[in-house]
Amino acid sequence: MSAVAVAKRLGERLVLRDVTLAVPAGSVVVVLGPNGSGKSTLLKLAAGLWAPSRGRLERFGQVVGTEATDPRVGYLGHRSFLYGALSGLDNLTFYARLYGVPRPRERAARLLAEVGLRRFQHEPVRRYSRGMEQRAALARAFVAHPQLLLLDEPYTGLDVGATGLLDQWIRRTTAAGGAVLLITHHLDEAARMGDRVGILWRGRLEDPPVTRDGPGGFREQVARTYEARFHGSGPSGA
Amino acid sequence: MTKRQTRVRTGTWWLWLMAAIWVVALYLNFIYTPDAKYLLSSERIFYVHMGSATAMTFVYGITFVASIGYLWRRRLAWDRWAAASAEVGTLLTTMVLVSGIIWGRTAWGSWWTWDPTITTTLILWVLFLGYLLLRDWTDDRERRARYASVLAIVAFFLVPLDYYAVYFLKSIHPAVITTHGVNLAPSMVLAMLVSMVAFMFLAAAWILIRLRLLAAQDYVQEIQDRVRTPLDSM
Amino acid sequence: MGRKYGAILLKDLQLEIRSKETWVAMVAFAFMVALVFGIAVNPVRVRLAPVFPGVLWVAYLFAGMLGVGRGFEQEARDDALTGLLVAPGDRLAIFLAKLTVAFVFMFTMELLVLPFMVVLLGEPMPGGILPLLAATLALGTVGFVGVGTLFAAMAANTRAGSVLLPVLLVPFSVPVLILATEATAGILGHVAPAVDPWPWLHALMAYDVVFLGLPLVLYEFIWEV
Repeated sequence: MSAVAVAKRLGERLVLRDVTLAVPAGSVVVVLGPNGSGKSTLLKLAAGLWAPSRGRLERFGQVVGTEATDPRVGYLGHRSFLYGALSGLDNLTFYARLYGVPRPRERAARLLAEVGLRRFQHEPVRRYSRGMEQRAALARAFVAHPQLLLLDEPYTGLDVGATGLLDQWIRRTTAAGGAVLLITHHLDEAARMGDRVGILWRGRLEDPPVTRDGPGGFREQVARTYEARFHGSGPSGA
Repeated sequence: MTKRQTRVRTGTWWLWLMAAIWVVALYLNFIYTPDAKYLLSSERIFYVHMGSATAMTFVYGITFVASIGYLWRRRLAWDRWAAASAEVGTLLTTMVLVSGIIWGRTAWGSWWTWDPTITTTLILWVLFLGYLLLRDWTDDRERRARYASVLAIVAFFLVPLDYYAVYFLKSIHPAVITTHGVNLAPSMVLAMLVSMVAFMFLAAAWILIRLRLLAAQDYVQEIQDRVRTPLDSM
Repeated sequence: MGRKYGAILLKDLQLEIRSKETWVAMVAFAFMVALVFGIAVNPVRVRLAPVFPGVLWVAYLFAGMLGVGRGFEQEARDDALTGLLVAPGDRLAIFLAKLTVAFVFMFTMELLVLPFMVVLLGEPMPGGILPLLAATLALGTVGFVGVGTLFAAMAANTRAGSVLLPVLLVPFSVPVLILATEATAGILGHVAPAVDPWPWLHALMAYDVVFLGLPLVLYEFIWEV
């Protein structure tokens, strides 16, 4: 996936300004930024939920327009996208069917077992605890073996086990040649998972991103850059 | 950064012009024109009725065009035009209805008849109250503009259909009052026309005032959004 | 397109079988309208048969408003609509699926409630008119459901959407109410003078075309998150 000089205006407000970003296959790119910096907007553009006001956004070499859906894209948003009245199994089966996965019910059952919800797969999602619901949502995002993962603060509210699971799934995706765009406001997650970390501040993305090849510890570098943006330069662009 | 389009610059000269037209309109309405043959002086509410009805049509036209404009260009300036004209339109519809009810009572002896025009006006009124509610209850500014535009466009197509549906209903059932031909004296026609112009000006003034306020509101909101951004991080 | 449509349709039916939220609410509501009306209007003094078509459609349309709103509340609750939007395939499929579901639920409700209405309001329903009556119900429902689905999608994203939806939908129900009621009265055929139902049915068809077409043009603007 790549974005070139992408801008998004919502109302009169320019939420994203000339964001340029590449998420190459086999890597995890993290966009780190405070709330309201335009992270979610960026992800929604990447998911094809919105069209950019300016600039060019490509996935798998294809320009993303207003109505862009791709079965290879997996999207995990703030909320679960699940139906409370349906069981976990029915929910996942539905999404598997939606994505045209062969033998949807078996795929759904396997994923639920992997996230540790086998015992609850026939329970309606309404009765799941918060953590269980998040595990199910996680399974949902991976239902069609995505090659481009778009994750919006995926670690929020996950327990240790689920965090490890997500880490493992992300690594598995990149190992299989997939690309991951992860959005977070947590430095630790960014430093742990990212191959590159871009810092988003008031709709502008730090360019170039911090990479693992640079000198010094990766985490320290990310932290330093982030601090510099956050406190140093003050209200840029205002 | 995009160019700001929030300022609405208008002088005040035309407000004086409006005042002058209103003086003339009121003179024609109450002093110049003779009493109507049977309706006597109750006839005079007709000028208010016609004036507000004409302005209403004109103003809703603006709402429709501005709504299409918004969906096409996605500039909030279009949406503010739609919002301002819809508010003023609703107010004018209220005036049309109230003056119509009072006039109907004196002319026909009943407060309300389910005549197609009257019924459609009432539906229009409900429609735009709904429009204003929708605006008020949609929190996201951009979404509010989008939803309101869609509603206004659909509403535009609904109104003539409502009219004909009621019209067919009434033309098949025997109705007490179907047509009300009022033959106007030339002086009355003059009074009516000036009254229409006066109401158009009034509507324009209201719209422009609302536009300024809405623009200011949007601007304040934008400043708040910017100021808030870094504070609630982490 | 076809797969997405089918999957959503199946999911909504499944959801309804599990929760029973929509149709129970709709049927109960329509039934209560008939009951309350029968009690409020003294059936000894007033002949109910002439007003039967009107009461029938009032009950249907208000119950329909309830049902059409439900369909999107379910999608909005955990933002599942976003999941549907991101999923592969034409977004038109989502709208058409929601439209179909709304139609199926409302139409089923109408058929279920009809016998109760007939009995409660003492309608001397002549035999043999059922096919034409069902066609009228279907036409009226299509006209209502088109705009209803469009507005329900909007209302789900607003504060107090369940209050807003009826306010928005009442003006749009007026033509359906008039055309369908007159057609129904014509078919039942005990109003004097007799009403020919066909002009009304034709007008209803014209309305259906316009108000199915408009939402199909405009629904994209509602979808943006």
